[in-house]
Amino acid sequence: MKVKVNLSVLKETKWYEHAGRFVIGGGITVFAGIIAKKFGPTVGGLFLAFPAIFPASATLIEKHEKEKKEKASVDPGFRGQIAVALDAAGATMGALGLIVFATLTWLLLPAHETWTVLSGSTIAWFIVSVAIWRIVAGSGRSW
Amino acid sequence: MVSGFALLGDVIKPKRFAGLFGAAPSVALASLLLAVKTQGRIYAAIEARSMVAGAIAFFVYAYSVYWVSIRYRATALMATLSHISIWLVVAFGIWLAWLKGRI
Repeated sequence: MKVKVNLSVLKETKWYEHAGRFVIGGGITVFAGIIAKKFGPTVGGLFLAFPAIFPASATLIEKHEKEKKEKASVDPGFRGQIAVALDAAGATMGALGLIVFATLTWLLLPAHETWTVLSGSTIAWFIVSVAIWRIVAGSGRSW
Repeated sequence: MVSGFALLGDVIKPKRFAGLFGAAPSVALASLLLAVKTQGRIYAAIEARSMVAGAIAFFVYAYSVYWVSIRYRATALMATLSHISIWLVVAFGIWLAWLKGRI
């Protein structure tokens, strides 16, 4: 399965939809900081993997899928929900990469340069997530 | 950073691949950089250790959203928001079993 970039999708997304995700992301970053300050880093750290952007993105995907079908005068049926399910399947694979990101950062950060650890962990997140995606896509299963 | 990963998820196809970016470490990168700058690397590493629990909870959360969307055709808003409780239960369950009382 080939991965493609479709920039025309950006036109479908309104400025306030981008702004909404920006505000939610910033809000969760601030919220995690406040929780860490009040209850300590062991509780605050949990929220570094809080599904902050996912609900907003999934709702947008469903909305755009419905709008696309309605524009083409086609009954959207359950197309929106199926699109959200596929997005969630991808997020499940990304979450496995996120476990690797967190583990590497936890173990390496005390003894190594911050930028090296964070960029290395992010690359590891990407490699692990894509590898799982390739295995699942290659097997022909939805997940 | 958060918006950048969200934009990548928008423009990439197929959808399942784009979904990977829904679990990108966007909030984590911003928060960990802030933590290192204000509290130091050890503090940020403790946060990252707890993030392992949060990420396991994210995995369970995303899988349950996938399952209700496929099985019950739940709307995105209902599936994603109602399942936040699953994330909270799993994350704090692991915290209680593994991290409570640790420094």
